[in-house]
Amino acid sequence: MQKIWVLVERTGQGATSLSLELLTKARSLADVVEAFAWGPDVTSLAEELGRYGASAVYDIGDIEGALPGVPVASAIAAQLADQASTASPDAVLIGTSYDGRDVAGRLSAAIDRPVLTNAIDLAVEDGELRALHAIFGGTQTATSHFTGPGPGIFVVRAKSFPAEEAGAPVTCEVVPASPANTADTGSAKVVARHVEEQSGPKLDEADVVVSGGRGLSQKENYAMIEELAGLLRGAPGASRAIVDAGWVPYSYQIGQTGKTVKPTLYIACGISGATQHMVGMKGAKNIIAINKDREAPIFTIADLGVVGDVQKVLPKLIEALKARNA
Amino acid sequence: MNVTVCVKQIPDPANPASLDPETNTLVRDGKLIMDDSDSYGVEMGLQLVDAAGGGEVTLVSMVPNHEVSGLRTALAMGAAKAVLVSDEALRGSDALSTAKVLCAAVKRTSPDLVIAATESTDGYTGTTPVQLAELLGYPSVTFARKIQLAGAKVVVERQTEAGYDEIECPLPAVVTVTAGVVEPRYPSFKGIMAAKNKPVEEFGVADLGIDPASIGSQGARQEVVSVVPAPERDAGEIVVDEGDAHDQIIAFLETLKVI
Ligand SMILES: Cc1cc2nc3c(=O)[nH]c(=O)nc-3n(C[C@H](O)[C@H](O)[C@H](O)COP(=O)(O)OP(=O)(O)OC[C@H]3O[C@@H](n4cnc5c(N)ncnc54)[C@H](O)[C@@H]3O)c2cc1C
Repeated sequence: MQKIWVLVERTGQGATSLSLELLTKARSLADVVEAFAWGPDVTSLAEELGRYGASAVYDIGDIEGALPGVPVASAIAAQLADQASTASPDAVLIGTSYDGRDVAGRLSAAIDRPVLTNAIDLAVEDGELRALHAIFGGTQTATSHFTGPGPGIFVVRAKSFPAEEAGAPVTCEVVPASPANTADTGSAKVVARHVEEQSGPKLDEADVVVSGGRGLSQKENYAMIEELAGLLRGAPGASRAIVDAGWVPYSYQIGQTGKTVKPTLYIACGISGATQHMVGMKGAKNIIAINKDREAPIFTIADLGVVGDVQKVLPKLIEALKARNA
Repeated sequence: MNVTVCVKQIPDPANPASLDPETNTLVRDGKLIMDDSDSYGVEMGLQLVDAAGGGEVTLVSMVPNHEVSGLRTALAMGAAKAVLVSDEALRGSDALSTAKVLCAAVKRTSPDLVIAATESTDGYTGTTPVQLAELLGYPSVTFARKIQLAGAKVVVERQTEAGYDEIECPLPAVVTVTAGVVEPRYPSFKGIMAAKNKPVEEFGVADLGIDPASIGSQGARQEVVSVVPAPERDAGEIVVDEGDAHDQIIAFLETLKVI
């Protein structure tokens, strides 16, 4: 591969871990890696992006409260059209995130190129870039590719590969992105942001994830999951059953339609182990499952399976951990 | 307020899915039902029309085989009518081609608002609604957990990593809703009877002026090259709780150096 473009999203000071994962992979696949970023002071990102191998970052600028999908996709499309200033990349990599998916959809339609989503790995085979996907609940792996002209747009799930700095950092030049026109479609504006209280590590970055499912019987019992996660300095997660039931927000959901997590330890409490759940957590290094049904599918992938009642096991486990800390 | 809801008709997810060994595309034969994910959009559409005090919900769907069972379910919930694009040539369409077809169908419904699910249950590409918005030239808001009308705008609560954002978006627009955001009503007996007589207008690809070479497997510009079994994870030790399972868990945590 000659060149890959990577969409970089931001968190607080720097790039999101998902963006750094994409840069790491891109640099192993292509000679040149360039990034796109938006928001205030993109220049402050350049040093970090350089450490992950990006030789340039196109600065889209401040999008002034607009939802990113339209202005960011338009800027990438405009850059593609501006052949005078840059050669087209072979591929554009975008992370599976709320905004990333918007950018991918907009860009795809704007430049009339299809998009491959839910990629869990990327590889160069027969001189072209191919995407791997976990299908049928992760029991099978499909490899797919584009058959038409490029650039191909790939949307990649978080935690698909590690984020590692390049051996030798490159100098990342900040380039103003080609101006784009977004008047008609870019009119959706963020008028307020609401941050729901969260303590401890983020779910997809935590070393320990403690997850609860319908086997907790009622919403109040989810407090045990949060308490156990806190004691292990981990993050609480959930199956879709209890997200749909409204016990916890969607951002807690693990699985096919939620997050992928790869912690050192995953503790599944009262979760049956539906394929759509397991596809999001079976990359964990170690798995403990507590379920009262000996036949629950989660036990087929657990390193330690406890056949028992969460309402009996969890309080004792929490007590014992507290006693140790005391 | 006229709301158009995109409804996908899919094989019953309760039955195991399979791939066509030749094309590596999902087998979508037999009876199709309404994708459960779309029941939230239908419900949301009905509630918005109610809140606006007038207008109706129109459904849009695309299939290769004239299927209407899924549409009848949504009509039974209370949608007024449906536009169905049915054409054998649509088989094997990729997400962008699907958006092009839906765009032509949606245009016939002159909506104030288009609602779709965040992603479908069977394909879960999750890009079609936004591609549709771009082709329609509409703004879009994805991952909505609440939609409220405010004159010529909608105010949407959009899920984020940290909580939610409040978004203002002028109409017409495309909004995608996530599962579980509203409680979809069950069709009443009356609703089911009424649905049988509600209009479903059917079009072929040519009727919509779409180039057949741009859709279906012919127009798809992506394909699956191979499918192989994923490496399996082995089961470890299984213990039955006799009142001391927490000790075994603690011992395991110690070996992992988590504590
Ligand atoms: C398209 C699609 C996408 C999906 N995406 C996701 C996804 O992203 N994530 C996800 O999680 N699911 C997803 N699902 C849903 C998935 O199929 C399951 O329905 C869901 O994971 C079940 O959640 P659960 O294990 O909490 O509930 P259940 O399957 O109801 O399991 C509850 C378990 O708790 C056990 N139990 C009950 N009482 C106790 C007790 N007192 N002590 C101990 N154990 C007890 C039971 O034995 C049972 O095994 C998806 C489904 C579809 C169709």
